[in-house]
Amino acid sequence: MTSPAHPLDADTARALLTDMVRIRRFEERCVELYSGAEIRGFVHLYIGEEAVATGVSSVLRPDDNVVATYRDHGHALVRGVTARSIMAEMFGRAEGCSRGRGGSMHLFSAEHRFYGGNAIVGGGIPVAGGLALADQTLGLDRVTVCFFGEGAMAEGEFHETMNLAALWDLPVLFCCENNLYAMGTALDRSEAVTDMALKASAYGMPSWSIDGMDVEAVRDGAGRAVESIRAGGGPVFLETRTYRFRAHSMYDPELYRGHDEVEHWRERDPIPAFTARVTEAGLLTADDLAAIEAATQAEIDDAVAFARAGTLEPVEDLTRFVYAEDRS
Amino acid sequence: MTTSQPTTTQPTTGEPTTAEPTVVTYREALREALREALAGDDRTFLMGEDVGAYGGCFGVSSGLLAEFGPLRVRDSPLSESAIVGAGIGAALGGLRPIVEVMTVNFSLLALDQILNNAATLRHMSGGQFDVPLVIRMTTGAGRQLAAQHSHSLEGWYAHIPGIKVLAPATVDDARGMLRAALADPDPVLLFEHGSLYPTKGTLSAPGGVDDITRAAVRRPGTDLTFVAYGGTLAKALDAAEELAAQGIEAEVLDLRVLRPLDDATIMASVARTHRVVVVDEGWRSGSLAAEISARIMEQAFWDLEAPVARVCSAEVPIPYAAHLEQAALPQVPDLVAAAREVLDPRG
Repeated sequence: MTSPAHPLDADTARALLTDMVRIRRFEERCVELYSGAEIRGFVHLYIGEEAVATGVSSVLRPDDNVVATYRDHGHALVRGVTARSIMAEMFGRAEGCSRGRGGSMHLFSAEHRFYGGNAIVGGGIPVAGGLALADQTLGLDRVTVCFFGEGAMAEGEFHETMNLAALWDLPVLFCCENNLYAMGTALDRSEAVTDMALKASAYGMPSWSIDGMDVEAVRDGAGRAVESIRAGGGPVFLETRTYRFRAHSMYDPELYRGHDEVEHWRERDPIPAFTARVTEAGLLTADDLAAIEAATQAEIDDAVAFARAGTLEPVEDLTRFVYAEDRS
Repeated sequence: MTTSQPTTTQPTTGEPTTAEPTVVTYREALREALREALAGDDRTFLMGEDVGAYGGCFGVSSGLLAEFGPLRVRDSPLSESAIVGAGIGAALGGLRPIVEVMTVNFSLLALDQILNNAATLRHMSGGQFDVPLVIRMTTGAGRQLAAQHSHSLEGWYAHIPGIKVLAPATVDDARGMLRAALADPDPVLLFEHGSLYPTKGTLSAPGGVDDITRAAVRRPGTDLTFVAYGGTLAKALDAAEELAAQGIEAEVLDLRVLRPLDDATIMASVARTHRVVVVDEGWRSGSLAAEISARIMEQAFWDLEAPVARVCSAEVPIPYAAHLEQAALPQVPDLVAAAREVLDPRG
């Protein structure tokens, strides 16, 4: 893990920008494909929030566990799940990362220790606690990162798991992606205490808030948190203050927030802000930026072509994977 | 996944593991099963409310904390959802958790984890994850614990694809089923009827019976079949004794496994006796008894000499007062009356 106190080097800057751009372009393509009816179901876009998954993932090891929500494309991508297998999943293809049985909200990859893709708000949080309990029991120094929105902090499962994790010193990073709206309900309309880190600190774990629109701030904060957790310091709660630029899902007419508010947050778009900073610092050049865009474009074109050419799971296999297959 | 079931009716016995007493209580059999599981596999741990220092709400895990320590016998907060969810996560992470959720009524607080995660993760991920989790809980009435500790909701759980549902009714099964449940790569729910804990029985082999695929004929008969499980098995056996005194030979089938149901053993019994009374402590509407009755109609209709009868609990929240509670539950005279009805449906 890079020491978060150190300034960025060119390679790190390139990696962070690349991941944010990959998420952004991937999801912009999802919108087009949804409009063209090639993708169906619920699709929740992460556009605007890319700095969070990118910054957190940048301080993790490949063997760390990640539990995400239904807004999970970005997390899966930055954890190494291929754009091909994610796109194929959204196309409902057998080549998808969940063999077409999960869709956008249920991306999984055992290989990447990526445990969803959880579409019950708060439902993934206890599972993250259990993954951490397994690592603690087995003497492994892995960290489990559990992403959830601020809406999940109204769920009992959040509070139950915070207590359990603090009580048992479980190696979990609770990463709240506070985008200010639980679907269409603004934070101050759903929570009596809107300072999420204050609320979390009641469980006796280190809790603080960071700017979720600044990938360096996320990387720095997550780096400190993960370092402490991996060293045996117990769980940490991190609130990342962020914003989704797009609707909650593809069916959302956005009656609950004003255009001005969205525009205000768009001025804080994490990608242009970080791009400006790293180019001004001389870490990346215009050629570098063009190369990132070109490579991303190629990756997504390839993913879409792969998904379109994918096969459909045979209907005869409908009831596979309900129980373990006979291994005798 | 539906697999065809063997047609023999006697489950296999487990290998002897320790020099155990032959006559044991149901509670002791469960405890010995837990002890064997904890001693035999470092990945196994018991987690739940009051499983440690208290010795288990019903005394099942008494002594295990001292023997295995607080990391293997984990007292948890009153957080059903978190402990079941943590059990799921721990299973995903390579452990073999046994989660105890005092009673089935309390398990409703963890229903999200059981249904939306435990039962679903394998399929939803395209087969990537085993969830080798065992969840134990008490079910059933008869102890004047009223309407929030006494229900029989195992039939609800038997509705859910992706989990297996067991109902040990004998000391053999109390002793042996846990071993098979822990060896299973899928989530398994074990329902222990609260009235059974102090009952005594004889182990057929020191390790009990560890089959978790088949129903068992507990008493052979020729004139009708009682289909029972868990807390109603003893009542069915008592009713069969009473009928025998009247010259009627009732077969008693113990379902043992509520999901997946062992259709073959049920239908083989129907083919022998042609008359069926299904006994279920759950409510009649939408019950496991309804499912069994429907399956018999679908698969063995032409073997029947009379409509399938059901004896279920009255459709009320289970009341406290002893006479009301007993009136709400299936009783031996109800079973005998139902048997006489199917023997002479036009009588």
